[in-house]
Amino acid sequence: MTQRTQPPAGVASAPPQTGPVIRLSGATKTFETSAGGEFTALRNVTLDVNPGEFVTVVGPTGCGKSTTLALVSGLEPASAGGVEVAGQPVRGIPAGVGYMFQSDAALPWRTVLDNVALGLRYRGVGRAEARARARDWIARVGLAGFEKYYPHQLSGGMRKRVAMAQMLITEPSIILMDEPFGALDVQTRELMQDELLRLWAGSGAAVVFVTHDLTEAIALADRVVVMTAAPATVKADVRVDLPRPRRVEEIRLEPAFLDIYRDVWDALREEVEISRMRGANRVA
Amino acid sequence: MSLDTDAMAVEADAPPRRVPAGLSRRARRGWKVQLVRLALVVAWLGSWELAASRWIDPFYYSKPTAIGHRLVDWFTKGTSFGSIWTNIGYTLAEAVYGFVIGAIAGIVLGVALGRSRFLADVCAPFIKAANAIPRIVLASLFVIWFGLGMSSKIATAVVLVFFAVFFNAFQGAREVDKVVNDNARILGANRWQLMTTIVLPSATSWILASLHTAFGFALIGAIVGEFTGADKGLGLLINNAQGTFDSAGIYAGMIIVTVIALLAEWLLGLLEKRLLAWRPRQATSGAAT
Ligand SMILES: Nc1ncnc2c1ncn2[C@@H]1O[C@H](COP(=O)(O)OP(=O)(O)OP(=O)(O)O)[C@@H](O)[C@H]1O
Ligand SMILES: [Mg+2]
Repeated sequence: MTQRTQPPAGVASAPPQTGPVIRLSGATKTFETSAGGEFTALRNVTLDVNPGEFVTVVGPTGCGKSTTLALVSGLEPASAGGVEVAGQPVRGIPAGVGYMFQSDAALPWRTVLDNVALGLRYRGVGRAEARARARDWIARVGLAGFEKYYPHQLSGGMRKRVAMAQMLITEPSIILMDEPFGALDVQTRELMQDELLRLWAGSGAAVVFVTHDLTEAIALADRVVVMTAAPATVKADVRVDLPRPRRVEEIRLEPAFLDIYRDVWDALREEVEISRMRGANRVA
Repeated sequence: MSLDTDAMAVEADAPPRRVPAGLSRRARRGWKVQLVRLALVVAWLGSWELAASRWIDPFYYSKPTAIGHRLVDWFTKGTSFGSIWTNIGYTLAEAVYGFVIGAIAGIVLGVALGRSRFLADVCAPFIKAANAIPRIVLASLFVIWFGLGMSSKIATAVVLVFFAVFFNAFQGAREVDKVVNDNARILGANRWQLMTTIVLPSATSWILASLHTAFGFALIGAIVGEFTGADKGLGLLINNAQGTFDSAGIYAGMIIVTVIALLAEWLLGLLEKRLLAWRPRQATSGAAT
């Protein structure tokens, strides 16, 4: 069992800073169910993310990973415990947060260009300048030539690129990504992972990246956080000391990668089984 | 009401539509459809004309030639209430004013209640009660309140239009996709920006759908208002024709109203096509990668 403690702030690749940029301390979230009862999605989640750190989160389905991101982004308030972003308790949506949602979130009635420019327009940037910068970002995510397309005219992978450009154009210091590449085929996914690492490198942004894919989780991360079956708490926190820059398709063949994979899988397997048992019971 | 027009002004470079094989056969089929339609109309009018000259009493049922003469009369010599264009203008003005005022009120209130649970809960019983009133009866009340002029007809049209638009705007504002809304919030939208860039565009298809029926209601409101009491308008012409047992006059009025309704329908269709240019078209599928 790899129950490693979290590294002290400011270690490894993180630039010099004062404290964690995200701090969950005993965060708990309960939902009212339609039957009138209460459902605890998160219980006592304690997690720190340092500036510039890439943290991936894995856990059984329905355990509360998306809920964790919702708390950090301020879209949902915590029921108990503390949620801090950049040292401030979260009330409303904190400045500098970018969020790439699990499902399509682009505005269907706007073109790619206007979708990407949206964050700047909301911040009061003039239309011409916002569009010029959006063009630049569209090119950076490899979508040049598709500026005038509407989201429904794009493939799934292209839509993910739009979502990425839409998020990155606001230059967030905290990037939350909820299974961004889950619905893509393997080749596209690896391409997107490499591009994400390329775009992230040097941005200094902290990333919390939720995924079901252990290879992806390890290949991208500085730390992999394993969550328990619902209600979710942090079960294990595994450091990934693989050198950067990385290329996803190469790194997964290295022996060090396989060791880490085994560690993470050992922690996750139990939880997946618990979750599966519950599912079976519910069906029976 | 500023809709999200800057985004909609950009025309989509839609992927090229595949040209179906055998276009000429389809064109020929189109001609055939038109011909059969024409034949049906000729058969219908012809049998009506024939029946009215031989078996049924044209006094009650009129006949196509009489109706045609009446229309020509109205447009060349004018009606007993002045030029036909003045009468059409009156009815049209009442319908358009009623439509615009009713639609704006319906959209504003519908979206406001759709966005605010509290407001919706407070207003629900009143809206339900108001909706249950037989609204045509209000036309009589409005004549007492506003007199025989245009305003009483406009008021009737407003009331009819309002409820048609209100419920759709309400529903449209409720059906906003949560993820799209959350995404805009994260990207930094304030309440007003959320309203103009997310809520209104996403409610637009709901609202536009209601506008089609709403213009019909506006015409009905104007004409019923004129029935109840007026000094000008198509409703007055029809009502007067009824009073003098002039069935050709009733038909002629009906035809003019129908043409106006069809024209309005066509205009609204154009508006809809423009505002909803972003929507996936049935004929084109997916992306050109
Ligand atoms: N608004 C809500 N009301 C009630 N229950 C909710 C709500 N949102 C989430 N839940 C419940 O909280 C639990 C955690 O949901 P969450 O979406 O965080 O899971 P997840 O870990 O992201 O799952 P997945 O990997 O499948 O995306 C689920 O059991 C879900 O049913
Ligand atoms: Mg999720």
